[in-house]
Amino acid sequence: MDDTTASARVPRRAPLSPHLRRLESESIGIIREVAAEFRNPVMLYSIGKDSGVMLHLALKAFYPGKPPFPLLHIDTTWKFREMIRFRDQISARHGVKLLVHTNPEGLARGIDPISSGSKLHTQVMKTEALKQALDKWQFDAAFGGARRDEEQSRAKERVFSFRSPGHVWDPRNQRPELWNLYNTRINAGETIRVFPLSNWTELDVWQYTRAEGIPVVPLYFAAPRPVIERDGQLIMRDDERMPLKPGEREQVRMVRFRSLGCYPLTAAIESRATTIDAIIEEMLLMRTSERSGRLIDGDEAASMEKKKRDGYF
Amino acid sequence: MTDTSETHVPEPEGAQPSAARADAGLESASGKALLRFLTCGSVDDGKSTLIGRLLYDTQLIHEDQLSALERDSRRHGTTGEELDLALLVDGLQAEREQGITIDVAYRFFATPRRAFIVADTPGHEQYTRNMATGASNCQAAVILVDARKGVLTQTRRHSYICALLGIKHVVLAVNKIDLAEFSAARFHQIVADYLGFAAALKFTSITSIPLSARYGDNVVHRSRRIGWYEGPTLIEQLETLDVGEGLDDKPLRFPVQWVNRPNADFRGFSGTVASGVVRPGDPVVVAVSGRESKVQRIVTADGDLPEARAGDAVTLTLADEVDIARGDVLAHAQARPEVVDQFAAQVLWMVEEPMLPGRSYLLRIGTCYVPARVTSLKHKIDVNTLEHIAAKTLGLNEIGFCNLVTASPVALDAYEENRATGAFVLIDRFTHATVGAGMISFGLRRATNIHRQALLIDKSARVRLNGHRPAVLWFTGLSGSGKSTIANIVERELHAQGAHTYMLDGDNVRHGLNRDLGFTDADRVENIRRVGEVARLFVDAGVIVLCSFISPFRAERNMVRELVDAGEFIEIFVDTPLDECRRRDPKGLYARALEGKIRNFTGIDSPYEPPENPELVLVPSPLGAEEEARRVLEQLKVRRIIV
Repeated sequence: MDDTTASARVPRRAPLSPHLRRLESESIGIIREVAAEFRNPVMLYSIGKDSGVMLHLALKAFYPGKPPFPLLHIDTTWKFREMIRFRDQISARHGVKLLVHTNPEGLARGIDPISSGSKLHTQVMKTEALKQALDKWQFDAAFGGARRDEEQSRAKERVFSFRSPGHVWDPRNQRPELWNLYNTRINAGETIRVFPLSNWTELDVWQYTRAEGIPVVPLYFAAPRPVIERDGQLIMRDDERMPLKPGEREQVRMVRFRSLGCYPLTAAIESRATTIDAIIEEMLLMRTSERSGRLIDGDEAASMEKKKRDGYF
Repeated sequence: MTDTSETHVPEPEGAQPSAARADAGLESASGKALLRFLTCGSVDDGKSTLIGRLLYDTQLIHEDQLSALERDSRRHGTTGEELDLALLVDGLQAEREQGITIDVAYRFFATPRRAFIVADTPGHEQYTRNMATGASNCQAAVILVDARKGVLTQTRRHSYICALLGIKHVVLAVNKIDLAEFSAARFHQIVADYLGFAAALKFTSITSIPLSARYGDNVVHRSRRIGWYEGPTLIEQLETLDVGEGLDDKPLRFPVQWVNRPNADFRGFSGTVASGVVRPGDPVVVAVSGRESKVQRIVTADGDLPEARAGDAVTLTLADEVDIARGDVLAHAQARPEVVDQFAAQVLWMVEEPMLPGRSYLLRIGTCYVPARVTSLKHKIDVNTLEHIAAKTLGLNEIGFCNLVTASPVALDAYEENRATGAFVLIDRFTHATVGAGMISFGLRRATNIHRQALLIDKSARVRLNGHRPAVLWFTGLSGSGKSTIANIVERELHAQGAHTYMLDGDNVRHGLNRDLGFTDADRVENIRRVGEVARLFVDAGVIVLCSFISPFRAERNMVRELVDAGEFIEIFVDTPLDECRRRDPKGLYARALEGKIRNFTGIDSPYEPPENPELVLVPSPLGAEEEARRVLEQLKVRRIIV
């Protein structure tokens, strides 16, 4: 047994601190719970650093076996090209089944983040697309990489978060969640969203990524990249679909991304951090939060809570 | 932290400049144990403000969050021109609008000495369940008291719930001390009041600190305005609190979560060590079945381990092929958990629909789900005075001391000994809502000493002699729907065919067996439970037993269905509309109920839950009850109960 599976192991770069070990064990326990209790679970894979950690934990949870569920990527068609390349490499490397879904109606209607606006784009190409995919494959549980430290309404999210038929989240009427006795029981048509990284912080994610040698999309590291400045944010034009406005011009700046999404909606930060250590150091001195580069969160007051009620992760 | 032009963050007068905490995250996350604590206190004691202050002073607030806070402070704030730090933590829109905390919110911060997760829990009595939820995973509690108001009823309630959930360390934060002239006398008076009350709760440590969350005195920065106080600041206390739970020193408990069988050569048992230490070579026993084996390997993706301790998620392989499934608990043979099907526990009820003794719920303990009933509610507890009150049911946010019985034996420990194997939740079997949370006090040995007598003549032998199969014909429907009339005709016909029958009728049973029961929801549940058990005995005797009961609740009808074998329970829904029943009113009961002379009358002021999948539905036939009885007999032939 040992001989045949040794090559699948991830080389450990640094011993885990007791704190990270505890987080790791807690998350593995949550992931196994879903495999044990649900008929047809799926793991949302967004290609970002949190998804990377979540997938890594899933691989560890079922060792020497493989995770007994597929990955699902909701492709808006506006992700950075590097993200898509990375996604395909990762699923091939781990031999994990990857499902990709794009909202066909959204595509047909020509919804895009630039002319349709970020709000409509997110609603149609992410939230609606996700609900379509969950219905299409009849998933009864879906893992997401969201963390409670990201945003205020997420701070109130359960680890096993109940969704009534139609994927509706009612924050006023959540199941009480005591100890680690997660209520995994649902009726037909109901689903559960599961958040194994609930108790992780952004710093924990980076330190664990470093300690475990988990690969991340190179966009997280600083490099000279062509960007334009728009509304005070640095946007990388990843392809020709994004027209320049009068007066805008591309200039090469040393930048990186703190979080990854649709390229017209994801602002870069100026940075010289080219290694994980440098990223961690930079983050500790950083004075803005991780989601500040996400142009979708500022759409309206309490916008994350509203998106979550609609079915967004 | 730079002040902004529109708003300013109040700092304690003469606060000492804080050391740079930029490296806080790195250091604390790399070694120090995490502390989970909750904050609780009365409505306006300033819990959210205190947490906002902790986050702000440990520099966990980012610039964009700060500008959002400035915006929100002007919109919803209650602090005039100053930043309202409470808005940092009240995350739900309704909470921000109403200025209260509804749900548990989890916040993360770190200092150079320790990482923290703080559960911000609501103070209102109607959110007791949310507070208990927050407390269930915490090792310490910060209980806020307003220096002007002192120890209130709510302070007592919060302290009791913390103690009930097993929290051993308390920080009494006497807040708003600035509004009590920083008075030492006032502080000491409040502390004396609190200690007098809390002695009964047996906390391991209580540390009292005078502070001002709004201005930051003694939260992270030591205040010179409270010079008479020489104890730790809040953050110092939290950083240094030793909460060693000693989980590694307790007996081994390994609840099997998932059986890992990737191929025919590997069979491992995955789970998280709840307590104790396990090593390869250890003899272990499966608690419920008593089967024994030895630990062969402790498998992880990082290689085999020489030992696994409390909190480690691992996969064990055993030396022998032992039948083990999810829900089993592995332990060392010399220190086993109790294995019982009856136990006493404190139960906190968490939904509007009351807890009814006798009703079947799904109980989750560890990784095991098992049907369970509350057999008796000894008393409920007034959370404000700690008095015991006699009660028949538990309502939302009420706590009661109960005996429970499970459908099969489970492995457990007292909650005080082990949170992981002593805690359970109760789940509604229809909606699957989490309805209750329980903390086990002790197992009841009574059950284990009554062994079932093995019998020589069994049900199948009786069936051969009788020439028909036994069954429960369960007639359910409103009062006056015609249940008993139809059942009587069916019995007459069965008897004529030579079948062995017996009739259990609601009214008749209530004159004898169930003479002590009334018509409250709790009594209705017990009424049906007893009838179900009697019906089961008749079925075992080979008899066709006709039961005619309003039996308004699905849960109880389902409970009876589960008492007998598949196919033996035939639910007949006598679906006569309410208006028709009222028109008939054979016993004049509807008239009296409508006059208010009978309370809890089904269809009038007590609900009827129609069956979802009855074997037979009878709507009133123009041909009368004889025709309806004929349809029942037809069903019995189709189902091969009779020939």
